[in-house]
Amino acid sequence: MVNWIINHGLSAFIVAVWMAINIFLFVHFYLFYDQGPQFEYTRELLGSALPWARAPAAVLNFNCMLILLPVCRNLLSLIRGSFMCCGRTVRKQLDKNLTFHKLVAYMIALMTAVHTVAHLLNVEWYSNSLDGRYGPLAGNLSILDDSPELNTTYLNPIRSTSTTPTVFVFTTIAGLTGVVITLALILIITSSMEVIRRSYFEVFWYTHHLFIIFFAGLVFHGAGRIVRSQQETDPPHNNELCEDQPGIWGKIPECPIPQFAGGFPQTWMWVIGPMIIYLCERLLRFIRYMQPVSYRKIVIRPSKVLELQLVKSGFKMEVGQYVFLNCPAISQLEWHPFTMTSAPEEDFFSVHIRSVGDWTEKLISMVEKLPEGGQGPKMGVDGPFGTASEDVFDYEVSMLVGAGIGVTPFASILKSIWYKFKDSNPKLRTKRIYFYWLCRETHAFEWFADLLQVHEKEMEERGMRDFLTYKLYLTGWDQSHADHAMVHFDKDTDIITGLKQKTHYGRPNWDREFEQVRQDNPSSVVGTFLCGPQALAEVLEKKCAKYSDVDPRRTKFYFNKENF
Amino acid sequence: MGKIEWAMWANEQALAAGLIYATGGIVGVAGQFRGWQFAAFGIAAGVFVCLLEYPRSKRAKGTSVERTGQYCFTACVKAFGPLTRNYYIRAFLHAALCVPGGFMLATVLGSVCLAIASLIYLSAAIHGEHWEPILPRTEPPKRVGESIKEPPQNPPPRPPPELRRKKVDNLETAAYDNPMSVTSNE
Repeated sequence: MVNWIINHGLSAFIVAVWMAINIFLFVHFYLFYDQGPQFEYTRELLGSALPWARAPAAVLNFNCMLILLPVCRNLLSLIRGSFMCCGRTVRKQLDKNLTFHKLVAYMIALMTAVHTVAHLLNVEWYSNSLDGRYGPLAGNLSILDDSPELNTTYLNPIRSTSTTPTVFVFTTIAGLTGVVITLALILIITSSMEVIRRSYFEVFWYTHHLFIIFFAGLVFHGAGRIVRSQQETDPPHNNELCEDQPGIWGKIPECPIPQFAGGFPQTWMWVIGPMIIYLCERLLRFIRYMQPVSYRKIVIRPSKVLELQLVKSGFKMEVGQYVFLNCPAISQLEWHPFTMTSAPEEDFFSVHIRSVGDWTEKLISMVEKLPEGGQGPKMGVDGPFGTASEDVFDYEVSMLVGAGIGVTPFASILKSIWYKFKDSNPKLRTKRIYFYWLCRETHAFEWFADLLQVHEKEMEERGMRDFLTYKLYLTGWDQSHADHAMVHFDKDTDIITGLKQKTHYGRPNWDREFEQVRQDNPSSVVGTFLCGPQALAEVLEKKCAKYSDVDPRRTKFYFNKENF
Repeated sequence: MGKIEWAMWANEQALAAGLIYATGGIVGVAGQFRGWQFAAFGIAAGVFVCLLEYPRSKRAKGTSVERTGQYCFTACVKAFGPLTRNYYIRAFLHAALCVPGGFMLATVLGSVCLAIASLIYLSAAIHGEHWEPILPRTEPPKRVGESIKEPPQNPPPRPPPELRRKKVDNLETAAYDNPMSVTSNE
């Protein structure tokens, strides 16, 4: 429970604040239109459909303002950088930006539905009022025309009885923009469903750009000013007195003809700021993309893994961060994220790219055709993004657990630890590292095994065998693996990885592992870091709690749930 | 762009369109709008489209994710055979269903969404896609003891009994050496 508060408390608080603002806006504007005296005559025509349309409109204004902000990743990086002083929990919220974006999107969808239904009713009832179906007051109000000679201004935007609601909607700015942007919204939502997004990211990404139409239409949606309110007249029109006798308006001094005017459109005031910010964000991405990136080294690793070592001036990274790569020769518009596998201490940054889809396959085949030592295709790099995982260096003893593809950020971390260790960097308090690598099969990760091998050799040379203890768990073993292992039982190095440390088969017995770490380090603070599936996170969290001792002289385990 | 199965997006769009069509229809009928008959049609058409589109098709490549509880719908849709399998028919059906919605404001949005879904289905049909039911997988019954190696059927080949008896003075010609005697008369 306490752990939940530590991990999720701030997020829950932010969502609660956001929801509270939504509720406040809804209720405030509902009451404003439901009880405001200037809308009394408008309500005569529309009933409660007026506030039911205006309240979600206010919530929509607020949420359309918010929706662009979580996807400005460069802006978020900037904020994260300047918040280095504040706690990690604050910075971690910035990593949940996409979750927030989706939440705001759901709210926009819901409010759009309410708003649209309410306006459907409004249009129908305006039309009915003009026909006189709601009594003499409504009828008289509706006949008021925009006429300087008669000194009248209209209240009912439907001016003629031959207009059907459909025609009315498509001939007003508000109606037309409303239909168009709702359509854009629906297309955006259906192409953003998880099934489509995970399988065909391009459809999702390109359709999502309909948001440009959405915002353009949104800004002009209120330009027609068809929601009218009553204006002050001189002498003032006494509603209470005059509403029962619409026939005598303009004939007695207490009841001059009521005047109406449309409300000033306000949506643009809400969204113009974020629109400009987002424009700057895209411009920044473009500028970064134009900056030259040169290849320091290109290595084709076994199992169709490509290692690219790139150099970009002014590029600074932290451990565990990722970059977006764009290769115009393959696709002009696609940006793909890759975790960096190099350490910040190196003067280049590297990524290991597996062949998993058509973009990566094309890249690898292009690179394979290059001459020896040639420069690769022009590449745009945006980033780095992501939480820096510097906490790893703060613990005396670290347990690092990487599952499957989650091992990639640990390449960066291990290299960085190694550099810090060699330079005797005082920031590095780590004395021992236990690294657990879980994967189904080692295909596509041989490069990581190579990395471990290099470390292993270096540490033996320095007589520091205890610094790094790593265990590889092959969870996808079968009979042939077991047979092979049995036959080569007494070889010095492991048959799968070539490492001195033998491969284990199956999942780790965490109880035993934690027990051993506790025995080896009787009075240390141990930090546990995981990059892997949620189920494993829950297991490790429980073990950390189980094996921690309240006694400060004994071992304590801290679990850090990271999403690299 | 990666090879996309258009039918997947068309399915999402059509399902959403069905819901919007039905909702617009409900508003039209409940509010007793003029032309509420079109709204009533909208409800019927919307519900029908939802039922038709709820079961997802099996993907040609990759794993298919079912919608919750879609199996009963799959069985119904499967029963219509080629009518539901072919996407040209579906595209035409959606195009026909969306026309009456255009006559009334409340159902206009649902109508346009359904028309777009119809176009995407047309694209899917042109690309040669078709609807496949997702059926529950029947696991092959596990054969017990598959890993246990079969015991041998025949005894190992042995030399004839004369050679098997150990001759003390001629150990090399004996087929093998017995630690204890095997014949009763030695």
